[in-house]
Amino acid sequence: MSVLTAIIVIGVLALVFGIVLGFAAVRFHVESDPIVDQIDAILPQTQCGQCGYPGCRPYAEAIANGDDINKCPPGGEATIKQLADLMGVEAKPLDAAHGEEDVKRVAVIREDECIGCTKCIQACPVDAILGAARHMHTVIEHECTGCDLCVEPCPVDCIDMVPVETRPETWQWNLKQVAESHGIPVKMVE
Amino acid sequence: MQRSKAQIEQGHIWTFPGGIHPPQRKTLSNASAIARPPLPPQLVLLVRQHIGQAGDIQVQVGDQVLKGQPLTASGASRGLPLHAPTSGLVTAIEERPSAHPSALPELAVMITPDGEERWIERQPLRNYQQLDAASLIDLIQQAGIAGLGGAGFPTAQKLAPQKPLDYLIINGVECEPYITADDRLMREYAADIVAGIEILQHITHIERVLIGIEDNKPEAIMAMREACQNKPQLSVREVPTKYPSGGEKQLIQLLTGRQVPSRGLPIDIGLLVQNVGTAFAVKRAIIDGEPLLERVVTLTGEALQRPGNVWALLGTPVKHLLHYAEYQPQSNGKIIMGGPMMGFTLPTDAVPIVKISNCVLAPTTQELPDSGAEMPCIRCGACADVCPASLLPQQLQWLAKAKDYDALDEHNLFDCIECGACAYVCPSDIPLVHYYRQAKAEIRQVAREKAKAEIARERFEARQARLEREKEERLARHRKASAARQAAQADTGNDGDNAKANTGEPSAAVKAALARAKAKKQAQQAGAENEVDVKTDSDEKQTATTKTDDKSAAVAAAIARAKAKKAKPDGSPDNSEMARLREQRKAEARQRKAEREQQAEQQQAAKTTTHDEAPQQASDDKRQAAVQAAIARAKAKKQAAQAQTDVAKNDAASNPTNSDESADSNPASTDKPATDDDRKQAAIKAAIARAKAKKQAAQSSTTQQPQDDNDS
Repeated sequence: MSVLTAIIVIGVLALVFGIVLGFAAVRFHVESDPIVDQIDAILPQTQCGQCGYPGCRPYAEAIANGDDINKCPPGGEATIKQLADLMGVEAKPLDAAHGEEDVKRVAVIREDECIGCTKCIQACPVDAILGAARHMHTVIEHECTGCDLCVEPCPVDCIDMVPVETRPETWQWNLKQVAESHGIPVKMVE
Repeated sequence: MQRSKAQIEQGHIWTFPGGIHPPQRKTLSNASAIARPPLPPQLVLLVRQHIGQAGDIQVQVGDQVLKGQPLTASGASRGLPLHAPTSGLVTAIEERPSAHPSALPELAVMITPDGEERWIERQPLRNYQQLDAASLIDLIQQAGIAGLGGAGFPTAQKLAPQKPLDYLIINGVECEPYITADDRLMREYAADIVAGIEILQHITHIERVLIGIEDNKPEAIMAMREACQNKPQLSVREVPTKYPSGGEKQLIQLLTGRQVPSRGLPIDIGLLVQNVGTAFAVKRAIIDGEPLLERVVTLTGEALQRPGNVWALLGTPVKHLLHYAEYQPQSNGKIIMGGPMMGFTLPTDAVPIVKISNCVLAPTTQELPDSGAEMPCIRCGACADVCPASLLPQQLQWLAKAKDYDALDEHNLFDCIECGACAYVCPSDIPLVHYYRQAKAEIRQVAREKAKAEIARERFEARQARLEREKEERLARHRKASAARQAAQADTGNDGDNAKANTGEPSAAVKAALARAKAKKQAQQAGAENEVDVKTDSDEKQTATTKTDDKSAAVAAAIARAKAKKAKPDGSPDNSEMARLREQRKAEARQRKAEREQQAEQQQAAKTTTHDEAPQQASDDKRQAAVQAAIARAKAKKQAAQAQTDVAKNDAASNPTNSDESADSNPASTDKPATDDDRKQAAIKAAIARAKAKKQAAQSSTTQQPQDDNDS
């Protein structure tokens, strides 16, 4: 008799907890950030395709499926480090087969040479080039990711990749310069 | 809170952690009254002199401007306006080195003073009490007043949030060594400063005002006490001399015992802090109707023969002020804008005075020696003892070197006020503040790039979605069309005699292809001759172009052959009827196109032949020349690309069809050095062609010009 009671009690308890847990699982469900989104957030979004995939998101998907993390030259070492942290793998140097880390650049169209062929517009992954057929095209500078993809299709080679200019807002203290007595002069003698 | 308020009323002075006592060096410059140097030969007014966006420029080169005339307007950018500090001529609007440690060029308006000091019409407002806060704030905005203490935050924006506040704190501490600008201002213009404070009170409806002054300025304290005599709501508080008690957060802690929360503002704890200089500028703007045109600048340092304070017009080059103060050039030539603790060494003395420049320091080499080489941290902890923000400078330094931005954030790097106390006491001469500044700049940069990447991602995804949609639409259209066609066919061709039609079909397709190839070849030859006529007489060029044309003709023929082969019956009779129809349609279309092209070429040829005889078409010719140049460039590119592919083909000579083709089209390119030469030659030729085209364009424009002259 006592065995039966114990079984019933335990069974009822199990049922109650099962219902509570099931309800909690549905009610307090937390949408976990899928790994692809996290990887995509780390990638620099230049959409340049230097990794061999047609954009950053496809590469993020490839990394999630086990591809190497060192194929992104625009992101460079910093991105590789972050990806290594995220994926729990060893950080390795940038794969030179996909290009080298370079200063940030933007595309600039030499406008008097542009023939208005719209080929660069079709090539731009972020729609940062404005223009119409047989009219001059121009690059929206702050939308340009510097991916280089518009340079190749241009039939008259009128697109230059120029390094992004440093402005006072983006300027960085150079600690080597500090050593040469630039910067803040803190030392004073009595 | 209540108890602390009672304590504040009693005049209790709290303290803040850390702080240092560097040598004062104030006597160098605080002995003489504020002088007025002669007008500089040229004023350089940087358009952006404060935090935030620059205003929109309202003047043009060659404009005569009056003293106080706005040069920029806030407009859509909500920047502060900038005014002409004296009457004169706008001689240039161009980029000049900015008053920033980098001295990177920024847009500036250059004014050559005429020395007449002609004012615009001023609107003095003696009874400002009749105006409401909003219109007074607007007047302050229009006067271009930014916080004159250091950061240059637009004062109008600081006053705008109408929130009940406990205290208005006026900062007259000026704790940094050497600087005496506020000291002299308080001594000489105490009454004006008090008038300015009253305007600020009227705007913000703050009852009580605390004026904090360090006890090393007894004259200033006396002058301010005198000016506040019959005003019980204003009280002057003497604070002990310690660096950096002049920091906003530190002064708040000294006078009220309250702490500004991390990443918060004084307004969050019911306080508003303004500099004495700002109060004075507000008085001038409202009561005298004069916008912010000048500020007190301390010229000091032992390299100056005549140190002192001056009224410097905004835009006065530092060089002019140094000359006025009789600067003796030093071996290290160090000129510092700001004080020795928080200022920065100027890379050039062409930098102008801006709204936030309070001091120009020219020390001798003995007075302010270069800091020694950085040595390893010995973990003595002296930096943590003096940090006024109770941070861990040592730890921050390690983290900054490791570029561990998350950890830096956890250690509250952004609460660092960059006062330099830690670097001052560091026995290892570590430039700690530089590490922090660099880390801060990098963190901001990372944030900016993150934001930009986010935008790029959105744009990329939007584009992908658009392309996907367009593809869907296209497919839907095709499906619809094919359905319609099938329906039409079901109606008419239901006889089932497809096999018979099949046999006669291949020969027709071959014929069509041959005709097409011929037409194309003809067209290309015509085009090549035409181009050669126009562009160059040199044999080299001619052979080059005809060679490429031969090549492309050969390629076209090969394609036609391949097509004909493909079109042969392959034992699938169901869709052969459809294929035949399509092929025929295509062939017709191609022929039509070829004809059209031929016509166009002929027309062009006709045009170019008239080119030499009819100079009245000069403008047309110019355009044509540009077109030709573009074509030449495109050709050059194509040729280069082909040369490259040829090299690739030669490398992969194992493929028989490829090698056949390359041998046909380019018999010269049999080994690698030769192809390299070819490529080089092609590039040279392209360059020559481009140059020629350019020359022609220039010539046609010059021929056009004389004619224009004749016309007029």
